[in-house]
Amino acid sequence: MPFQSTVGDYQTVATLETFGFLPPMTQDEIYDQIAYIIAQGWSPVIEHVHPSGSMQTYWSYWKLPFFGEKDLNVVVNELEACHRAYPDHHVRMVGYDAYTQSQGTAFVVFEGR
Amino acid sequence: MSKKYDAGVKEYRDTYWTPDYVPLDTDLLACFKCTGQEGVPREEVAAAVAAESSTGTWSTVWSELLTDLEFYKGRCYRIEDVPGDKESFYAFIAYPLDLFEEGSITNVLTSLVGNVFGFKALRHLRLEDIRFPMAFIKTCGGPPNGIVVERDRLNKYGRPLLGCTIKPKLGLSGKNYGRVVYECLRGGLDLTKDDENINSQPFQRWRERFEFVAEAVKLAQQETGEVKGHYLNCTATTPEEMYERAEFAKELDMPIIMHDYITGGFTANTGLANWCRKNGMLLHIHRAMHAVIDRHPKHGIHFRVLAKCLRLSGGDQLHTGTVVGKLEGDRQTTLGYIDNLRESFVPEDRTRGNFFDQDWGSMPGVFAVASGGIHVWHMPALLAIFGDDSCLQFGGGTHGHPWGSAAGAAANRVALEACVKARNAGREIEKESRDILMEAAKHSPELAIALDTWKEIKFEFDTVDKLDVQQ
Repeated sequence: MPFQSTVGDYQTVATLETFGFLPPMTQDEIYDQIAYIIAQGWSPVIEHVHPSGSMQTYWSYWKLPFFGEKDLNVVVNELEACHRAYPDHHVRMVGYDAYTQSQGTAFVVFEGR
Repeated sequence: MSKKYDAGVKEYRDTYWTPDYVPLDTDLLACFKCTGQEGVPREEVAAAVAAESSTGTWSTVWSELLTDLEFYKGRCYRIEDVPGDKESFYAFIAYPLDLFEEGSITNVLTSLVGNVFGFKALRHLRLEDIRFPMAFIKTCGGPPNGIVVERDRLNKYGRPLLGCTIKPKLGLSGKNYGRVVYECLRGGLDLTKDDENINSQPFQRWRERFEFVAEAVKLAQQETGEVKGHYLNCTATTPEEMYERAEFAKELDMPIIMHDYITGGFTANTGLANWCRKNGMLLHIHRAMHAVIDRHPKHGIHFRVLAKCLRLSGGDQLHTGTVVGKLEGDRQTTLGYIDNLRESFVPEDRTRGNFFDQDWGSMPGVFAVASGGIHVWHMPALLAIFGDDSCLQFGGGTHGHPWGSAAGAAANRVALEACVKARNAGREIEKESRDILMEAAKHSPELAIALDTWKEIKFEFDTVDKLDVQQ
């Protein structure tokens, strides 16, 4: 087979950091990731931004960080409420680790257009 | 009461073997593995090491009566058997804090691993570990930024950083080199790296490289919407040239530079780390020449000591070996020194090769870099071993992809994220590695091809330097 026909053309994709290279997660998969945040003892935080501002350091908080929240369903409902309120925004889930003063994780759940 | 001068040669152990001594919190403690010449008693060998690495010389001298050597001398306070080895033993030595200049790793090593290593009464000598006292640690600058700040600057959370070294490591022009950087970064890597032996050779002067690389980094960042970087190697002929390169990297608005800390030397490294702290620049550290010093099980310096020294001298990322790739490194030992790079307290644990409790206080952590002969099939094991606070670098495993570096980068990124996602969901990633990677490949032709390309490559050689435990 000629060389060129075995080589694919890799096209650059715009992505939103962690999990940006995976297909959109199913609802169960999103639950698993939020459960992980809670199990680590991190505080769940929901942030959103218009896609034009996705490289800003600070996205808008949805309400306040959900300090001490252990109930998966509460977090999921808030995520959905944020998405309903800002359907054209990116919405990301952050796990805030107060011990390291860093984000234990952060990934986009809903991509805006 | 003053002493009398008594010329002549005394046995070292009369002065430097003090089994009743209780080390102070401010003492710097060291553990040496000693192999003496036949017929020399252990206490005499151990005391000689303490003497020759601190205040002693072979003969009594009159001028020592002008000071209080009891205050300044190093003391051997404990001797232990090496499990499974009859000819060697461990000597534990305590050095008073005032023997060392504040913040100077150079000074510590000049004393501890200086003349004593050539001492004739010894056949071999190896510095296994150092317990740095908090009083000394507080005089060191440490990592210019540390793990937390680096994550914030690069906007990477919840996963290891992903990088690769540009290949071929020698011979590319600046413009071609920048092309390879661009391909890797647009394909999904966070960081690319100058190879350690890229400095400023005739085929590619440093300024040429820096300019093209900066263009590649900025373009990839713009097109992907993610933060990108390239470790610009500032290791140079003189400190003046090193700083000139660092300044230019800053002028180009690059986030990270690089230094080779053993060949470049600790004085240069500490200086560059201080510059980075002052200028908000991240610092990646390579470790060329380490294996010359650390690989022999009975002679030299263990890498855990060199790693601790780097954390104190300053660096935000340090190469640590991969455990699974082409370079030497046993899993437990590697975990032992990775802890010392990243944690704020590391307890004594002989099963990990750590001989002392080590309190790091508030000193920031250093990212552990795994690089050398690794590819997508290693991803689950690498994540399990190194955790999130690491940087995984695939050189051949990126550029060797049949579609080129961008596709190779994408394959690695997909594999990494699939493993992180699986781990977070509670799956046993090492046991289920095959399933996790094959599932991910269904959505990524780049990964499917990478898995096929490297399926047979393994590096299964026995480790030369093992932990001293009874088999």
